[in-house]
Amino acid sequence: MARMKFLCDVSRCIECNGCVTACKNENDVPWGVNRRRVVTINDGVPGERSVSVACMHCSDAPCAAVCPVDCFVRTEDGVVLHDKDLCIGCGYCFYACPFGAPQFPQQGAFGVRGKMDKCTFCAGGPGPDNEDRVKKYGRDRLAEGKLPLCAEMCATKALLAGDGEVIANIYRERVFNRGKGAEVWGWGTAYGPPGAKSEAAPAAQGAKS
Amino acid sequence: MKRRAFFGSVAAVAAGAAVVGLVGCGERPQVIEYKQGKYQGKPYSEPWKGKQWNDSKQDWNVAVDTRAQNQNEYKRIK
Repeated sequence: MARMKFLCDVSRCIECNGCVTACKNENDVPWGVNRRRVVTINDGVPGERSVSVACMHCSDAPCAAVCPVDCFVRTEDGVVLHDKDLCIGCGYCFYACPFGAPQFPQQGAFGVRGKMDKCTFCAGGPGPDNEDRVKKYGRDRLAEGKLPLCAEMCATKALLAGDGEVIANIYRERVFNRGKGAEVWGWGTAYGPPGAKSEAAPAAQGAKS
Repeated sequence: MKRRAFFGSVAAVAAGAAVVGLVGCGERPQVIEYKQGKYQGKPYSEPWKGKQWNDSKQDWNVAVDTRAQNQNEYKRIK
């Protein structure tokens, strides 16, 4: 079963913000809302690292756990979506999310918090496929067999999107080619599927850092 | 007789404490399971349920995984 995930390779991210721009343009995201953003650690210091962050489509999403109106759904392909018609804009999900993914557009003269907006993994949203849905949630690229534009647009291919196992394999191959394996976290990413024992050997040899 | 009763009750308390303590070691499933009717929103149609894929999840999976391989330049530039 496909389990859609994002993976950002911080060794490759050059903080160009191409992913942010691609997302905003593709989904016509309103002013003041960033479904994706690039965070830089130790900005300006030699060795700084940037990472592109958006909704990570958690397997056990805390936003869904705290939502008082149960407007979140995790689809069969592992994408966490929410129904904007049901959302009351309370902001609990924002406090629960460790990545700061939920965004709230300011509406009205006094900045009243609007309905929550977040990354949909370019899967549109719930409800019938029509113009209204595109306006609310953005494009449904997954139904066209495409991946989120932020990842497809990434110039250095730092941001990977797709089935968790597939992108973990891509990342692992990269790390092996770099000659060190300290960056690979997690059992699946480090060792791959059960049949990939011979492939994992170079990491052990080259793991110096 | 009293001593036996005392040790018996101590053993019962210790056994109870051990059982309660072991409950904490239990493993809960990490993936949330949505109970029927808990999600209150509109139904979501899966991406493969369209004209393009003829409801074939396998075709869709292959298309998406093939596309994901475009992100792997070690395979793309060969």
